[in-house]
Amino acid sequence: MNEVVGKPIDRVDGRLKVTGKATYSAEYFPKNMVYGVLVLSTIAKGRIKNIDSRQAERAPGFVGIMSYKNSMSLHFPQSSDPGSGKFAEKDLLPMQNDRIFYDGQAVAVVMAETFEQAEHAASLVKIGYEIEKPAIKLEENLSTKYKPVSGLGGAKIQVSRGVADAALQTSEVKFEQTYTTPVYHHNAMEPHATVAEWNGDKLMVYDATQSVAGSKNLLSSMLGVPPDKVNVTALYIGGGFGSKGFSWPNTVLTAMAAKQVNRPVKLALARQQMFTTAGRRSQTIQKISFGATSAGKLNAIKHDTTSESSFVDEFVEQAGVATSIIYSCPNVEVSHSLVRLNRGTPCPTRAPGEAPGTYALEVAMDELAFELKMDPVQLRLVNYADTDEDKKKQFSSKSLIECYRRGAEAIGWSQRNPQPRSMREGNYLVGYGMATATYPANRSASSAKAILYADGHAEIMCATQDIGTGTYTVMTQAAADAFGLPVEKIQVKLGNSEYPKGANSGGSQVTASVGPAIRAAALGVLEKLKKMAILDNTSPLHGHKEEDIVASDGRIHLKDNADRGETYTQLLNRQGLQKVEALAKTNVSTRQQTESNPAAAGSADAAAEEESKTNPAVQEDEHVDRKPYTFHSFGAQFVKVLVDPVLNTVKVDKAVAVMDIGKVMNIKLAKNQIMGGMIFGIGMALMEETAYDPNNGRVVTRDLAQYLVPVNADMPQLEVQFIDVPDPYISPIGARGIGEIGITGITVAINNAIYHATGKRVRDLPVTLDKLI
Amino acid sequence: MESFKFIRANDPRGAITSMTGGGAKIIAGGTNLVDLMKLNIERPAQLIDINGLKMQTIETLPNGTIKIGALVKNSDLAYHPLIMKNFPVLSEALLSGASAQLRNMATVGGNLLQRTRCPYFYDTAAPCNKRVPGSGCSAIDGYNRNNAVLGTSKYCIATHPSDMCVAMAALGAVIHVQGPAGPREIPFADFHLLPAQTPQYETTLKHDELITSVDIPPIPYAIRSHYLKVRDRASYEFALASAAVILDINGGRIKDARIALGGVGTKPWRSKLAEKVLTGAAANEQSYRTAAEAALSEAKPYKHNAFKIELAKRTLVHALTTVGGMS
Ligand SMILES: Cc1cc2nc3c(=O)[nH]c(=O)nc-3n(C[C@H](O)[C@H](O)[C@H](O)COP(=O)(O)OP(=O)(O)OC[C@H]3O[C@@H](n4cnc5c(N)ncnc54)[C@H](O)[C@@H]3O)c2cc1C
Ligand code: SF4
Repeated sequence: MNEVVGKPIDRVDGRLKVTGKATYSAEYFPKNMVYGVLVLSTIAKGRIKNIDSRQAERAPGFVGIMSYKNSMSLHFPQSSDPGSGKFAEKDLLPMQNDRIFYDGQAVAVVMAETFEQAEHAASLVKIGYEIEKPAIKLEENLSTKYKPVSGLGGAKIQVSRGVADAALQTSEVKFEQTYTTPVYHHNAMEPHATVAEWNGDKLMVYDATQSVAGSKNLLSSMLGVPPDKVNVTALYIGGGFGSKGFSWPNTVLTAMAAKQVNRPVKLALARQQMFTTAGRRSQTIQKISFGATSAGKLNAIKHDTTSESSFVDEFVEQAGVATSIIYSCPNVEVSHSLVRLNRGTPCPTRAPGEAPGTYALEVAMDELAFELKMDPVQLRLVNYADTDEDKKKQFSSKSLIECYRRGAEAIGWSQRNPQPRSMREGNYLVGYGMATATYPANRSASSAKAILYADGHAEIMCATQDIGTGTYTVMTQAAADAFGLPVEKIQVKLGNSEYPKGANSGGSQVTASVGPAIRAAALGVLEKLKKMAILDNTSPLHGHKEEDIVASDGRIHLKDNADRGETYTQLLNRQGLQKVEALAKTNVSTRQQTESNPAAAGSADAAAEEESKTNPAVQEDEHVDRKPYTFHSFGAQFVKVLVDPVLNTVKVDKAVAVMDIGKVMNIKLAKNQIMGGMIFGIGMALMEETAYDPNNGRVVTRDLAQYLVPVNADMPQLEVQFIDVPDPYISPIGARGIGEIGITGITVAINNAIYHATGKRVRDLPVTLDKLI
Repeated sequence: MESFKFIRANDPRGAITSMTGGGAKIIAGGTNLVDLMKLNIERPAQLIDINGLKMQTIETLPNGTIKIGALVKNSDLAYHPLIMKNFPVLSEALLSGASAQLRNMATVGGNLLQRTRCPYFYDTAAPCNKRVPGSGCSAIDGYNRNNAVLGTSKYCIATHPSDMCVAMAALGAVIHVQGPAGPREIPFADFHLLPAQTPQYETTLKHDELITSVDIPPIPYAIRSHYLKVRDRASYEFALASAAVILDINGGRIKDARIALGGVGTKPWRSKLAEKVLTGAAANEQSYRTAAEAALSEAKPYKHNAFKIELAKRTLVHALTTVGGMS
C-alpha cells in the first residue's frame, strides 16, 4: 500500500474553512445567550475607587455587570504547566479585588442582549481609580532586576559550562555587543473568544484555546467544579502563536458571568483588548560576548538576557536557551534576569526564547565573521556542534551542514562579494545574509482513541487541537497509514476535552506527540482484529499466528500470502460487531521538564494507560532507548535584500529556508508552516513592535493599523526545502515538530543582509528605515 | 457605538436640510466614519447616506477644468484615463493609499475629510485635544514617531493622513460645496486648517455644507508629475513622508513648480518655499536639494520623529529627480 504520510494532500478541513462552515468558538449561539464585553483598566497601577454603572444599567438591552464587587470567588488553579493547564496570571485571579497591575486589566464584564448593546453599555461604565506610579520602562527599572530560578515548567535557564569569564580574558579575539528586541503581540486572526453555558452543575465551554484539556482543568479547579462536569470544545482555532497556550482571564470570566446571569454568555476580545490581556512577547536586552581564535574557533560564549514580566506572574523570555547547544564551545555561560513592569503578562510567543535569542546570537556571529574577515557560513562550520555539548549527548539526528550547503546554493551565496555596500542591482544596494535556525524537537505524552466501524471507516479521537497548522490533516494521514485505509475513510476528531488527552498545541510538539499515539491506537484496533480472526473458525486466518498476519488496504491477511485474508468489514460483520475500538497512550517525552506532565491525566487516560500495556506499538515505541540522545531540529535561512540607498526602504527579495525536521508528514503543509514562520520573521526584522506610552504605560499601538505586520507587497520569493530524513529515535513515525523553527534564523538573516547591503549595523529591532538614515 | 438614525438623501437640498440642526453626519464610502463610530470617537445622532446623489461623474468643463464628483470612488478616479495621462501625480497618490478594497469604497469627498491616524486620537481613554478639546495632547510628550513636524502647535501635532490631498494641494484643486445659503468654492489651500489652539476644527467646511465636487484647473505640464510615498511597509500603510511634484521644465530650467508634502504636516503641505527656490532655477540636483532644505526649513522635530525631516527632504529630492529627469 502506498503511504499517504509525506504526500501533499489538501487540508481535510480546507473546504469547510473556505466555505465558512468551520465553526470557531465565537460562532456558537446557544439559546437565550447574552453578549459580554470586557471593561479594561485605563491605568497601569493603582486601585479601583469606584465603579459607576448607573448609566450602563439604563442602557437598552442591559442584562448585568460583573466586577470584583459581585463576582463569585475563585480558587487558585491546581496546575501550572501548559500541558495540563496554565493560568497566565498566577497571582491575579480575575475580578477578585480592586488592585490594578497593568493597563488593560479586566475590571468588569458588561452583559446585554446584543453585541452592540453590550459594547455601548460597557462604554458607559465609569471607573474611578486611585493611581499609583507604575514601573513603565525596562531601561529605567534595571535596578530592580533579579535572577529567576527557572523558566517555564522548571526549565533550566542559568547555564554554565567551563569557565566563560576566564576563557574570554585569554581569547585572542574578543567581541561584545548588546542587542535589543521590543515587545511583540501574537495577533492571531481569531481573537480570544469564549461561549459558556451552564446546565445545572454542568459547564459547557467553547473556547479559543491551544489546550482544551488545559482549559478544562483550569476551569474545573478555579471554579471549584468537578472535572467531569466541565467540557471544553475548540473544533477550529484561528491561530494562537502561543497566546492561547496559557488561559487568560476572558475564559474563566465568561463562565463566571454565565453563572451570574444564569444564561449562556459569549465574550470575544476586541483587537485592542488583545494587546493587554492576552499575552505578548517580552522586551529583551541581550548581551553577547565571544572569545575566539583568529581562525574563528569559539572559545567562550556569554549570553546574558534581561527581559521583563508583569507583577502578577513570572514569565522569562528564555532567549539564551539555544546558545548552549547551537555551536561547539567549551566555555559557555547563559544567564537570564527579569524586571517586573506594570504591563500585561508575557507568555510564549512563536519560538519563545529562540526567536529573539537566535537574533542576538546570530547577528553577533555575523559581526564576528566580518571582524575576522571570514565567510559567515564558514564561521559556523568551524564551530559546528557534532554533539549536544550541554547535555553531553548525541543529537538524535542532525543534517545542518547539508542545510547550509543547499541554502547557500539556492540563494546564490557564491556570487556574494563579502565587502559591505559593494553590490548593486539597478538603483538598489544588494545584501546577502544567513543564519542558523534551531528549535527543540519536543514530544510529550499523549493518548488517543481509534474506532474502526463495520462499514469500513475509522474514527480517531484525541483532546489535542488543530490551531490552524493542519493537525487534522496530518493526523488523518498518520491514521490512514496505520489502518491501511484511504484518507477518505478516516475521520479525525480533535478539540474536545472529553476525548483522551493529547498534547497541548505548544512547542511545535503536536505532530511528534500525538502522531505516535494515534498510530498506536489504530494498530491496537488491528491487533484486536487479528486476534478475533485467529479465534474465528470461519475466518481464512483462523488458527494462524499473530505475527504472520499483517494489515493493508483495508484487509488483514497473511504476510506471505496476501490472498489469504479478509476485509475489516467482512470480519466485523461476521462477528456481528458495529465497531472495534482501542485506546493508546504513549508516555515518551523528550522534554526535560514536567511541562506536559502525564500525571494530570483524566480517567480516559488511565484506561488508555492500562490498555497500552499490551499494545505492541506503544511498547515498541516506549522501549526505544532515548537516553543517549537529545532532540533538536536545525535549519539554515538565507536571504537576499534590496535596499534603497537614499530612502533606506528595505525589500526582502528572496528568502530560502532549508530545514531538517525529520520526516515530513505533508510537504504542502510543512512548507506552509515554514513560510508562515519566515513571514513572521520579515515582520520581526522590519516592522513589528508594540509601543507603550512613556508617561502612563498604556499600549499605544493598539490595533493592526498601528501594529504593523507584513503584507503581500512585502513578500519575497520564498523557497522552502526539507532534508526529509526520518528521525530514528523520536518516534516510529520519525517526524519532529515543525512550526516555530521557521521564525528562528530568518530575522537575523535579514539583519545580516541589511548590514551587507548598507554597511550599517542596527542592533535594535525592528530595522525601520529611520535607523538606517 | 451609539445608536443613530439612518436616512437616505434624495437630493443635495435634502441632505443639507437634514444637517442644519447639528448632530448629523454624511456617510459616503463609510471607510473612515464607521471605524470612528465603532470606537466611539464620532457619535453622530443621525447618518445621512448620500450615495444616491448624482455626484459620481468625472467631466471636463469647456475651460479644461476637470470636475470630479464628490462621490467618485478613489479607484475610479485613479484609473480614469484622463487622470492617468494628464495628472499622474493624482493617480499615483490615490493608488498608494489604503488597499484596493478600501479604494473601491472610499470617495473623493470622504478622502478630503478623513481624520488623523494619531494613535491617541483612537484611544478614548487618552487625553486628546482633537477628540476632546481642552483635554491635552498625549502625543507631544508621548509616542510621536508618526506625528507631524510641520504646522504643529502645542495643542496638536497630528499629521493629515491623506495621500490624495497632497496631490490635490499641489494641483491647486478647488472644492465646491453647497450649504443652506447656496454653493461656494474653497481653494484647496484654504480648505484644511492648521491645528493652532483648536485642533478639533480641521477644515473650513461648515457643519451643514455638502461637498459636491473637486475641480482641477487645467495644468498642461502636470503630465510631468509624480507622487512618491515612503512608509514602514510596502503597502496598506500611511506615509512617513511623501512628496507630490509637478514641474514645468523648459531648456533645463524650471519655469514653474508645484510641490506638496505628506506624512509630515498637520495639513496637506503645499510648500511655497520650495516652489520659490525651484521657479527659475536649473533642473538639477543642487536646486532640488536647496528646495528640499527650504521645504523643511520650518520643521520642528519631536522626540521620536526627528528622522522625518531628513526623510522628507530625501523623498522630495527623489521625486524631483524622477520628474526633472524626464525633461
Ligand atoms: C485600513 C485603512 C488604511 C487606509 N490607508 C490610507 C492611505 O494609505 N492613504 C490615504 O490617503 N487614506 C487611507 N485610508 C483612508 C481612506 O482614504 C479614507 O477612509 C477614505 O478616503 C474616506 O472616504 P469615504 O468615502 O469612505 O468617507 P466616509 O468614511 O464616508 O466619510 C468620511 C468623512 O467625510 C464626510 N463626508 C463624506 N463625503 C462628504 C461630502 N460629500 N460632503 C461632506 N462631508 C462628507 C463624512 O461625514 C465623514 O466625516 C485608509 C483607510 C483605512 C480604513
Ligand atoms: S497630536 Fe492631536 S490628535 Fe494626537 S493626541 Fe495630540 S491632540 Fe490628539
